[in-house]
Amino acid sequence: MLITSGRRGRRLALAAAALTAASLLAGCGSSEGGGGASEGSAEDLDAALEKGGTITYWTWTPSAEAQVAAFEDQYPNVDVKLVNAGTGNDHYTKLQNAIKAGTGGPDVAQVEYQALPQFALPGNLVDLRQYGFDEYADDYTASTWASVHAGDGLFGLPQDSGPMALFYNQQVFDKHGLEVPATWDEYVDAAEKLKAADPSACITNDSGDAGFTTSMIWQAGGTPFQTDGDQVTIDLQDEGAQRWTGVWNKLVEGELACNIPGWTEEWFKALGDGTIATIPLGAWAPGVFEQSVPDGAGKWRVAPMPTYDGEPATAENGGSTQSVLKQSKNPALAAAFVRWLNHEEGVEPFLASGGFPATVADLEDPAFVDKKSEYFGGQQVNQVLTDAANNVVEGWQYLPYQLYANSIYGDTVGKSYQTHSDLNDGLVSWQDALVEYGNQQGFSVD
Amino acid sequence: MALRDSLQNVQRGARPPAGRRRWWSRSDSKGWLFIGPFLVVFALTFLAPIAYAGYLSLFREQAFFGTKEFVGLDNYLEVFTDEKFWDGALRVLLFLVVQVPIMLGLALAAALAIDSARLYASNFFRLVIFLPYAVPGVVAVLMWGFIYGTNFGLAADLNQLFGTSIAPLSQGWMLASIANIVTWEFVGYNMLIFYSALRTVPGEVYEAAAIDGAGTFRTVLSIKIPALRGAIVIATIFSIIGTFQLFNEPNILRTLEPNVITTYYTPNLYAYNLSFGGQQYNYSATVAIVMGLLTAVIAYVIQLRGSREAMK
Repeated sequence: MLITSGRRGRRLALAAAALTAASLLAGCGSSEGGGGASEGSAEDLDAALEKGGTITYWTWTPSAEAQVAAFEDQYPNVDVKLVNAGTGNDHYTKLQNAIKAGTGGPDVAQVEYQALPQFALPGNLVDLRQYGFDEYADDYTASTWASVHAGDGLFGLPQDSGPMALFYNQQVFDKHGLEVPATWDEYVDAAEKLKAADPSACITNDSGDAGFTTSMIWQAGGTPFQTDGDQVTIDLQDEGAQRWTGVWNKLVEGELACNIPGWTEEWFKALGDGTIATIPLGAWAPGVFEQSVPDGAGKWRVAPMPTYDGEPATAENGGSTQSVLKQSKNPALAAAFVRWLNHEEGVEPFLASGGFPATVADLEDPAFVDKKSEYFGGQQVNQVLTDAANNVVEGWQYLPYQLYANSIYGDTVGKSYQTHSDLNDGLVSWQDALVEYGNQQGFSVD
Repeated sequence: MALRDSLQNVQRGARPPAGRRRWWSRSDSKGWLFIGPFLVVFALTFLAPIAYAGYLSLFREQAFFGTKEFVGLDNYLEVFTDEKFWDGALRVLLFLVVQVPIMLGLALAAALAIDSARLYASNFFRLVIFLPYAVPGVVAVLMWGFIYGTNFGLAADLNQLFGTSIAPLSQGWMLASIANIVTWEFVGYNMLIFYSALRTVPGEVYEAAAIDGAGTFRTVLSIKIPALRGAIVIATIFSIIGTFQLFNEPNILRTLEPNVITTYYTPNLYAYNLSFGGQQYNYSATVAIVMGLLTAVIAYVIQLRGSREAMK
């Protein structure tokens, strides 16, 4: 559902992976699995549902169990094997291994928007246009609909979205007489004021997170990654990127941001006890707050993202789609399941578990928009968040090897965070490493 | 003539009929039956992966376009000029030179103390020193992660108490902090190796030494340490292998400090991330093989030296 969630749970899995690393190292090779997708149509999907069969579904979405149960109720002939293959990177590692091995993969897999090009472009996913899914364009927000495309192809239906907003601790703001910032300049002012009033608190935490950085550059209007076939352009010093570092350098160099990595115990604690005063996060954040930061109940509120010029603008942070693998022996049934999950009845259990939808109808549904949140002191948080969904800056693309890019972020940009120095230097070395890797992998990168 | 014939007949009769003599009836062939099951498993789980890694290391495959070409030893040449690889390799080498002597020294001291029979409740100490080894490595590192934390951990409390600002997980301290975890984990294990070697020294030797007027330190220097030589060589080799394979500790602490622990912090971490982060399976296999060879060479040198010293 979100980029980095569940680091806690991932540690054990990482260790397990460590133990088997050597054997796995040797275990992946052989040529790519064949099995091109058969041509199909919308009618095939209904027929496949009628005929039934068994499909495997890999996901870490909390609502998956309820969704699969509801689906099997509705289509008793279909048996869905639900597998939680890990969160984020663990899941992708296994998926990548199964693809490489040519067998053993799921029929349907959760794929984050940022990871979609990495799986779609090498031809590992089924283009869903053959089942007429391109008709659904108007049913989803523009930004998520763009996110499920790679090249011309449509490789999934959006499950959720994460338009960013500024979450802030009202209690801390009241205590120190801070105003909710509307622009990033005001945000930096608030950061300085807070630091002066309470040296142990900080305006936000950022110890370097690739997903956050890309979203922030996105919000600043940057388009550092452009892909056209095997032509890739990387410019992490474009106008948007520099606009972001112009503001964020003040926080990093001035040590105004806490060095607390996200998704750790420390982080949840710091969010609850007022150490961290604000945090820009995707619209999925309320669920995380309620589950993992019980001490923050009643203290937190939501505001639109601060901007550079005061005009509303935001970016997506996180969010996933469900895709059908080329490896699937029953792609029609798998596609029908995806359609049910993210376009039909499957959306309801997803919302019930606290998910933030990508479907326009639900985003406009008054019951959803006007719901008051007890955790957020009775604020109608969805009003702010659905507004954000309409203000996402257009034109963003992720790299076709974004997961790799994220994995080496700490090696490069991390140095700037660690030494509290210019983020631009870090971004340049990140760019250099990405250009080198891309060219090695057969892209033509500049 | 007749005698010779009869002798030959006797010899023939004594032998089993020549036609029934088969390969399996030779005296060493039965051994293969016993060792067979082991060999099969050994070949499948040990030799085959190594051979496959060796095969992989001769190719270069592009993950996205599926092209695969034979590059001979190019990957190996690349490893030798790869700054990232040497960064990690030199780091574990430094770790080896500093941490292993400290750890083995502590283990030796503990083993001698427990063996000295002067220690009160030596069984208790033996158990307590060994206990960290029984804690699963991952759990141990998570626990140390909390202790080292400068925001809410024990380090934070101590800093507050003494007004210091020690950050065990910062760039300058990280390797020492990892060394501390590894030492804590493995002192007990090595102590046990030493202690069991000490138990094999016959009591008569000590009695003879006592009659000759040797004191405690004389006994330690002239009897116990020489008796431990083999165990020390073994423990050193284990420690070298363990050090070069350093992975769990940095990999788990990486979640806490991704900016300090790079993806190539140790060679093993580098191989892992190359393959699972960047899908560079071929290069990753090369790194693994080079590191394996390096480890084997160094371990072999230590073993040669150790056994040569023992010959003296």
